[in-house]
Amino acid sequence: MAQVFFFYLFAAIMLASAFMVVAARNPVHSVLFLILAFVNASGLFLLAGAEFLALILIVVYVGAVAVLFLFVVMMLDVDFAELKSGFLQVLPVGAVIGAIVAIELILVVVGWKASPTALAGASAPATPDVSNTVALGRVIYTKYVFFFQAAGLVLLTAMIGAIVLTLRHKQGVKRQSIPEQNARTVETAMEVKKVPSRAGV
Amino acid sequence: MLPLSTTIAHALPETILAVGALGLILFGALRGSRTADVVAEIAIGVLALAIVVILVGAKGRGEVFDGAFVNDSFARFMKLLALGGSLVTLILSRDFLKREGIDQYEFPILVLLSTLGMMMLTSANSLIALYLGLELMSLALYVVAAFHRDNVRASEAGLKYFVLGALSSGMLLYGASLIYGFAGTVSFAGIAKALASGPSVGVLFGLVFLMAGLAFKMSTVPFHMWTPDVYEGAPTPVTAFFASAPKMAAVAITARTLAVAFPPIQSQWQQIVVFIAIASMALGSFAAIGQTNIKRLMAYSSIGHMGFAMVGLAAGTQAGVRGVAIYMAIYLVMTLGVFAVILSMRIAGHNVEKISDLAGLSRTNGWLAFFMAMLMFSLAGIPPLAGFFAKYYAFLAAVEAGLFPLAVIGVVLSAVAAFYYLRIVKIMYFDDPAPAFDTAPFAVRAVAAVASFLILAFWIYPAPVVEAANAAAAALF
Repeated sequence: MAQVFFFYLFAAIMLASAFMVVAARNPVHSVLFLILAFVNASGLFLLAGAEFLALILIVVYVGAVAVLFLFVVMMLDVDFAELKSGFLQVLPVGAVIGAIVAIELILVVVGWKASPTALAGASAPATPDVSNTVALGRVIYTKYVFFFQAAGLVLLTAMIGAIVLTLRHKQGVKRQSIPEQNARTVETAMEVKKVPSRAGV
Repeated sequence: MLPLSTTIAHALPETILAVGALGLILFGALRGSRTADVVAEIAIGVLALAIVVILVGAKGRGEVFDGAFVNDSFARFMKLLALGGSLVTLILSRDFLKREGIDQYEFPILVLLSTLGMMMLTSANSLIALYLGLELMSLALYVVAAFHRDNVRASEAGLKYFVLGALSSGMLLYGASLIYGFAGTVSFAGIAKALASGPSVGVLFGLVFLMAGLAFKMSTVPFHMWTPDVYEGAPTPVTAFFASAPKMAAVAITARTLAVAFPPIQSQWQQIVVFIAIASMALGSFAAIGQTNIKRLMAYSSIGHMGFAMVGLAAGTQAGVRGVAIYMAIYLVMTLGVFAVILSMRIAGHNVEKISDLAGLSRTNGWLAFFMAMLMFSLAGIPPLAGFFAKYYAFLAAVEAGLFPLAVIGVVLSAVAAFYYLRIVKIMYFDDPAPAFDTAPFAVRAVAAVASFLILAFWIYPAPVVEAANAAAAALF
């Protein structure tokens, strides 16, 4: 009973805050609502017995991604009011397209029929004796090692791409060079000038 | 769990590419930015090594990594094409990148990583492997499209490709999730098994979304809109890369997905493929007529050629997949040859891209004009050049499968497309000469010559390609 109550609680708050992400006028409020949505989603994961995913969601999405969003929203001077100014003009077209897609999706869901063999394939072998973390650790480097390594390569490519496209080596920047500093001698570092008296330098 | 040695044996080309790319990143980062030459040469060596390993390595069929990765003759055939495309592109790109001042060591590494993605895609035997391979391939492609980052058009091309590519990936993932929801498994064999008990609306929706994502990567109508702009804006060697290697992988995974995972609903996906084929052939034929930029023309030409390849796939038979494999092999050679000619189009140190710049080429540079004329005749499908046989095998499969209207429409549209190919030949041979081109580097001339030779000589000895394609197609059925 408590489970059902919490399910509806988390789900309702998540939907409401997801709506507010789009609807809020202040972009900082949008990000804060996004964090609320993430926290409730992780509550749903907890109810489903996926405690590892629930905590990862908090750590990665709230801890890293949402904070990054906050930084971006605060650091970049984006005029969101101006961005949204054309919203009303395109609203009718968008609403029609959205309604068509929604009707199609409802038709799909109503007519949904999973294959009779689907459940047998989908249900993972129960591992009641170990925690999620152990269960994941058992398969991620064995059964799914290919996917794991491929995902790593995708992220590496993204990193190389970001560096290639944005890093600029500026000319004329003075950088510290310790060997050069150590190699200085009195001759290269000092210049002795004869100053005639009463003439200035 | 298979022994490690079996896994390594079947995935050895991929392992070589991954280790090579990682080693080159380390080398480039430690040695600084003036290592582009060495890195490019090693990258070419790594690709060549992978080709050799595929030719002499593990034969037969092997499923490794818990069935997510399959090594069969179809995968090997298409991987050889993709590797060949990447290798030739790297050779073609050296001179161009140096002249444009964008000769950074990351370029060959990104090409290597993209090629690795293509090979994983070609061998993918589950939806997750498909998605990861596709992303690895595409992510590197987005970056090389914008590699000339100080050039507005190249940046625009990269951004446009990235935004639309991300959208198509989203559609593909959505379709994959619907298919998973139906079948309860992501493995292709499992999906086919689940479908045997009858389809539902949901899985058809999933298939449509999946096909939308794949059609985007193949640049077939109605997901072709990015192609002309990206081909025109990207640096020419990058365009050559886009038009060659990634298409091999995209077509390979489309054929494998449809033939292995969805045979029980063939009558359903056949309609989609027939539509894609007709629409792509029509758009490629008609829209190319008005083009004045040769790279844009090649973009429409490649859309049309993907449509012709889809004619073979629409048949849904072993002969059809054989037709697709032969088509892709010949298309690869023709495309690389044409782009070698385009890379030779340089007047007084500046690249030119207008079709009118080719005017009178037969009098200023007879050999180049001859190569280009042969390639254009072949693209138009005029016998006895290779392009004719490519279309022949594709249409033959469609006729054998009873798709007469499709074959007739294809033949008519290929006659329309012949107009703009022949117009280029006419401009080169009968118009008043434009200023002569600078002498092209040896590598570029060699690629144009070898491609023209292969196209000319294909009819004398087609057996190796046809037999290899036959064996490749047999692996899917």
